[in-house]
Amino acid sequence: MTELHSPLHDEHVALGATLTPYAGWVMPLRYTSDLAEHTAVRTAAGLFDLSHMAEIAVDGPDAAAFLDAALVGQASAIGLLRAKYTMVVAPDGGVIDDLVVYHVEPGRYLVVANAANHDPVVAALRERAAGFDVTVSDESAATALVAVQGPRALDVVRAAGPDLPLDQVEALRYYACLPVTVEGHAALVGRTGYTGEDGFEFFVPAAAGPALWRRLLVAGAPFGLVPAGLSARDSLRLEAGMPLYGNELDRTTTPYDAGLGRVVVLDKTGPDGEPVDFVGRAALAARAHSTPARVLVGLVGDGRRAARHGYPVVAGVADDAPTVGTVTSGAPSPTLGYPVAMAYVTPEVAAEGTRLAVDVRGRREPVHVVPLPFYRRPR
Amino acid sequence: MSAQPPAHLQYTVEHEWLAPGSPATVGITDVAADALGDIVYLELPAVGDQIVAGAVIGEVESTKSVSELFSPVTGTVVEVNQAAVDDPALVNSDPYGAGWLLRVDVTATGELLTAEEYAAHTSA
Repeated sequence: MTELHSPLHDEHVALGATLTPYAGWVMPLRYTSDLAEHTAVRTAAGLFDLSHMAEIAVDGPDAAAFLDAALVGQASAIGLLRAKYTMVVAPDGGVIDDLVVYHVEPGRYLVVANAANHDPVVAALRERAAGFDVTVSDESAATALVAVQGPRALDVVRAAGPDLPLDQVEALRYYACLPVTVEGHAALVGRTGYTGEDGFEFFVPAAAGPALWRRLLVAGAPFGLVPAGLSARDSLRLEAGMPLYGNELDRTTTPYDAGLGRVVVLDKTGPDGEPVDFVGRAALAARAHSTPARVLVGLVGDGRRAARHGYPVVAGVADDAPTVGTVTSGAPSPTLGYPVAMAYVTPEVAAEGTRLAVDVRGRREPVHVVPLPFYRRPR
Repeated sequence: MSAQPPAHLQYTVEHEWLAPGSPATVGITDVAADALGDIVYLELPAVGDQIVAGAVIGEVESTKSVSELFSPVTGTVVEVNQAAVDDPALVNSDPYGAGWLLRVDVTATGELLTAEEYAAHTSA
């Protein structure tokens, strides 16, 4: 299979990035050091190329009604120039993907999906669009997505100026978005991200991507901004307790299992006050009030060895302690200095403070249950 | 990507290096260190431990992943690089120097590659 290249590929090569195959793309894993990039995002700023993400535009008079019927959240309740985290599920309630939906203009929404789920999300939206007056356009290949994340993100964007409406960009609230002109191209900037820090995400036509990237890199350098790769992105989102599809979320998981039941709006109503059905509603309604078989928890390691994706969670360090769950993501936390992990465990052992263990390559390492996220940015 | 492996060392296919001597010195190659990313934790055998060529004798852990350490030799551990244990970044910054891991009194060696063979192995 031919691997897809980001519109910023040449920039990464010029920067000497270590590239990695990811969901059919070749993307930067790191530029210099995972730790340095992670720390820069926590203390200054990082610049990410997220052009592998899928961008799907939904246009038409029925756009809101269609998304209400296709997704678990209520798109029709997303204010103009606001964004919302939501999910698309199968009829059985299993998660097809987690999404961010931007309400970019009246009758137009931008749906952002994971690269690995590009095909199933596009297929689900197209299939579910039958009977609605909407157009579903896959704009993924034509779009570059560049994110500035970190406490100095606003300083970086301000310095990158000058064709951006800076007063409006500064006034952007978290999970709001704004149409802007970048390098002469119509673009969208959202105050969104996946790192647990303040930040901005720029959706620009592919042709404008390299110039924007270079501009942000140069403007951001005095503030400590560095380019950051997928490795840092993963450790940042883990500390922030954010799910990653394929780890915490998959087709066998409902939003409730992942502790994200809040994104499901079971009782949606249309403009006429009539109840609105959506794909997966019946299955999710049945799950909403039942005791889940497993619960997503945070685990902190008491030792040094980190739990990793797929490792068994056991009831204790004793050899005969039974298995009570599975680790979904884990790493030594660069910010906190100790191992952290997310895991699905049985509800009986999910209470904060519960002492468990993880089988780390044949040796049981003690851990305890903590609330998510592991890291919350200081305000 | 990586520089040529030092010619005076011997290598395992699992990316450990061995500097023959009495005692011999063991470390991991720059190829292994680069693949792991920033190393944050080393788990090494203790002084006095008997180790066996080809067996797992420790772990090298980065933020991104973890790799087992395979012994290139059979013998007794006589010294552990405490500086690298305290600051595993040394293994990234100087894998063939300050980032060495163990010194071992060797009784037998496992299957080892020359620098040339190792370079061919890693470029394959």
